[in-house]
Amino acid sequence: MKPIKSTLFNMIAALLAVATLSAAALGYVYQITKDPIAQAKDQKTLDAIREVVNAFDNNPFAEKTTVTTPDGKHRLELYPARENGTITSVAIKTFSDNGFGGKIELIIGMLMDGTITGYKVIEQKETPGLGTKIAEKKFADQFIGLNSYQNEFKLTKDGGEIDAVTGATISSKAVIDAVEKAIVTYKKFNAGATGHEE
Amino acid sequence: MKNKSLSNLTRGLIRENPVFVMMLGMCPTLGVTTSLENALGMGVATAFTLLLSNSVIALIKNLIPAMVRIPCYIVLIASIVTVIDMMMAARLPNLHAKLGIYIPLIVVNCIILGRAEAFASKNNLFQSALDALGMGLGFTLALALLGSVREILGAGSLFGHSFIGEEGYPVLLFIMPPGAFLALAGLIMVVNRLRGVK
Repeated sequence: MKPIKSTLFNMIAALLAVATLSAAALGYVYQITKDPIAQAKDQKTLDAIREVVNAFDNNPFAEKTTVTTPDGKHRLELYPARENGTITSVAIKTFSDNGFGGKIELIIGMLMDGTITGYKVIEQKETPGLGTKIAEKKFADQFIGLNSYQNEFKLTKDGGEIDAVTGATISSKAVIDAVEKAIVTYKKFNAGATGHEE
Repeated sequence: MKNKSLSNLTRGLIRENPVFVMMLGMCPTLGVTTSLENALGMGVATAFTLLLSNSVIALIKNLIPAMVRIPCYIVLIASIVTVIDMMMAARLPNLHAKLGIYIPLIVVNCIILGRAEAFASKNNLFQSALDALGMGLGFTLALALLGSVREILGAGSLFGHSFIGEEGYPVLLFIMPPGAFLALAGLIMVVNRLRGVK
């Protein structure tokens, strides 16, 4: 078969055909992958909740509430973990826009006395091999056991007690920013739950 | 005939290696090779894209008028990459999260359009698929080599298994952007020596 000639009609027809077929194929793949992608994301959130909170016998994902941050700018999702009906700890989905590659999303777990039980990174666009280390134990475990009411959350170089990831100060600061957002929101939630103001 | 097929398959490995010899696709090459795992993921995703795009273009080459072939190829390549992106997000969410922005950027990888224009638009389906396989393997091989060198020197680990322990001091420079250039230069020196370039 000979290649078809570059007449105006042929060119328009070819471009139109290629574009239409591509659009149809994309639409089809989008339809079939939409649910698995959403599921994978929910699963990731659920796994993260499971890792950062205490044992629970309810479904924190189903009981999620949204709490506005005290400055009124953002709404964070809060997942209460209950055992025998009482809330033992909460998981808070928090974020920071100050990451090196943009938004960082974390799930952070806290006991009801404000002690941090850990965090998991669920979304980030940090530099692979550098900023992505904020998700690793060496950095993340420093937050475990710190208390939202007593400890200050600052990097060592700012006079705090958290060692930044080497070569990724901005990413480390973004995590602290996200954690602080979660803490103020948690305090607001806790004050509301126990009935007294801060 | 047989020799030609073999030569089409092996050309991309060393003789015309897309990274070390043709210097194509430098953006993902320098960007994601911070670890062997990322490098392999990127290499395989690119090789798969190349195989699909070369095959499709070899099939429809006679239906595309020469004057609009580049826009047609680009639309096809962009669609294929987007399909792969969505499939990966659905099936391999962890790897997809690690490679992040570099997956959509396969669209602008010169190797893909380069092989479409230089090879698939002039050869039949079988030869084009062989060429794509060879080039894809060559690209994966180059990325894996670079990823290994950078991970060993820069993080003291391979495939995520650390062999220097918590207290070791790797040459962090190698997982940072300047290290990518240094490691690539070193590897090109070695490859040129092996190819007998003076």
